[in-house]
Amino acid sequence: MRRQQRQRLAFLLVSGVAWAVTIPIMLVIGLIATRGLEGMSWAFLTEMPREGMVEGGILPALVGTVWLTIGTAIVAMPLAIGAAVYLAEYARPGPLTSAIRLAIVNLAGIPSIVYGLFGLGLFVLYLQLGTSIVAGALTLGLMTLPVVISTAEEAIRAVPQEFRLTSLSLGASRWQTIRHQVLPHALPGILTGVILGLSRAAGETAPILFTAAAYYLPSLPSSPADPTMALPYHLYVIATQVPNMPLAPQFATALTLMLIVLSLTVAASVVRSSYRRRREW
Amino acid sequence: MDASRAALSRTTRPTRSGNRMEPWIERAVRLAGLSAIFIVALIFIFLIRLSLPALTRIPLSAFGDLRWYPIEERFGLVSLVVGSLLVTAVAVGIAVPLGLVTAIYLGEIAPPWLGDILKPLIEILAGIPSIVLGFVGWVALAPLVQRLGAPTGLTAFTGGLILAYMALPTIISIAEDAIDAVPKSYRDGSLALGATRWQTIYRVVLPAARSGIVTAVMLGIGRAVGETMAVMMVTGNAAHVPRGTSMLFQPVRTMTATIAAEMGEVARGGTHYHVLFLIGALLFLITFAINSVAARLVGRRRTGEGGG
Repeated sequence: MRRQQRQRLAFLLVSGVAWAVTIPIMLVIGLIATRGLEGMSWAFLTEMPREGMVEGGILPALVGTVWLTIGTAIVAMPLAIGAAVYLAEYARPGPLTSAIRLAIVNLAGIPSIVYGLFGLGLFVLYLQLGTSIVAGALTLGLMTLPVVISTAEEAIRAVPQEFRLTSLSLGASRWQTIRHQVLPHALPGILTGVILGLSRAAGETAPILFTAAAYYLPSLPSSPADPTMALPYHLYVIATQVPNMPLAPQFATALTLMLIVLSLTVAASVVRSSYRRRREW
Repeated sequence: MDASRAALSRTTRPTRSGNRMEPWIERAVRLAGLSAIFIVALIFIFLIRLSLPALTRIPLSAFGDLRWYPIEERFGLVSLVVGSLLVTAVAVGIAVPLGLVTAIYLGEIAPPWLGDILKPLIEILAGIPSIVLGFVGWVALAPLVQRLGAPTGLTAFTGGLILAYMALPTIISIAEDAIDAVPKSYRDGSLALGATRWQTIYRVVLPAARSGIVTAVMLGIGRAVGETMAVMMVTGNAAHVPRGTSMLFQPVRTMTATIAAEMGEVARGGTHYHVLFLIGALLFLITFAINSVAARLVGRRRTGEGGG
């Protein structure tokens, strides 16, 4: 039958396209993993860069990325979880709630370089925080908000209504119910959102370009008011700005960054799946 | 507030400190909820405030100049806008068909075990930092493009290709959700009428998932317009208007890359500085429009009878 032949042809084409999409992903991961391992060593991760960054390691960039990520968590978590609690437990359908949702969608869509401009305008210049870890963490924190809010709201909504009703009927107040019944049960889901948000923040370059990142620093940052090197920006610098840079450390830097980001992503999905398995409702 | 809640709190005797703190906690939660609106407004205000001096110092017609040459105070935005459009168009032209077909494959055709391998792979792609993909484009893809015969490997096409791969996870996951949301009864009905599986996908499932697919495409475009680092590494950053049949294989410079490349070296308070903020404000408005329309489509799908 012609219809059957057409279906066979269509399915063949469709699966061909699907492979054309996925095979390059494997190639990219394979390329960075194999070439990156050549330049990877304990010394590479724990030494300061030397000789105009051509020699030595990436310690200050690694430390800087860890600081920025911790700072991002401190900025984003309270605000995002608060917003998620509000949307899931307090907000009623209406123009205000729609406006909040529209704002969150748009926060998620604002280009990262625009966050960088905003961070430069507000944190670095207007609030005079200077190019610093604080300014970078504040910028990254705002950028991370929408991911964390949506995931956390979903986790809070997934807690069954009976839990709330039982708590309220036993005489607990609304906030006591949220604090002692809803949030503990939603915690793994909220955590998933936070880790996902941080994995994005750790890999971002554009928001820290004018707010936190330094091209090269001879020492580790000593306080949150200092500028810092960071892995994503360091990769950009050694790939495009440093003349005669050997390829091995570039690939090793890319691999380090990819491993940090992917291990956070994997951690998020492990938290999520173990929580789904344990869930008692 | 509603009466039942008021009655409830009168009859309960929570601990004293809890009682006193509670209104404050609830106020803080409400503020956190409103913060999203506040932040979007703040971003907009700051971008406008910092780009206004550019609008007052330069006549509007000067932005229509074909040349972007800040040292000579020539701030033509045409080449940058064309650069962004061209790269985005290439990315969308590649990512939309590939993404849709992949979503169809994962949602309707692939055996479940294969889906369990391919979906995490696409999630990994979504997680790879843009700078890493830009790096791969720089060291591996650009030389390949150059071998195609272009004078340089750093072209609008190279940028579009890298961007396409960055937009793919967004397009695939939203399109797949839309396809999943088509009720099974539609498919059963079509198959029962004698249609093949392919006819069912093509004539029934895709039209029913249309609005979700449009959303996926729009968010993919939004992602592509705003991407910075990867594009900056692989498009060559030449601020000129590409022309002719080989325009895809010429270096271009996007709006995002211009901000990223020049903001670090510009004199604060100078005209150039404010023009860069103006470009940021333009990017904000473009993505705001795209995302607002996409959100509206999603809302209509949720409230309408379709989906489910």
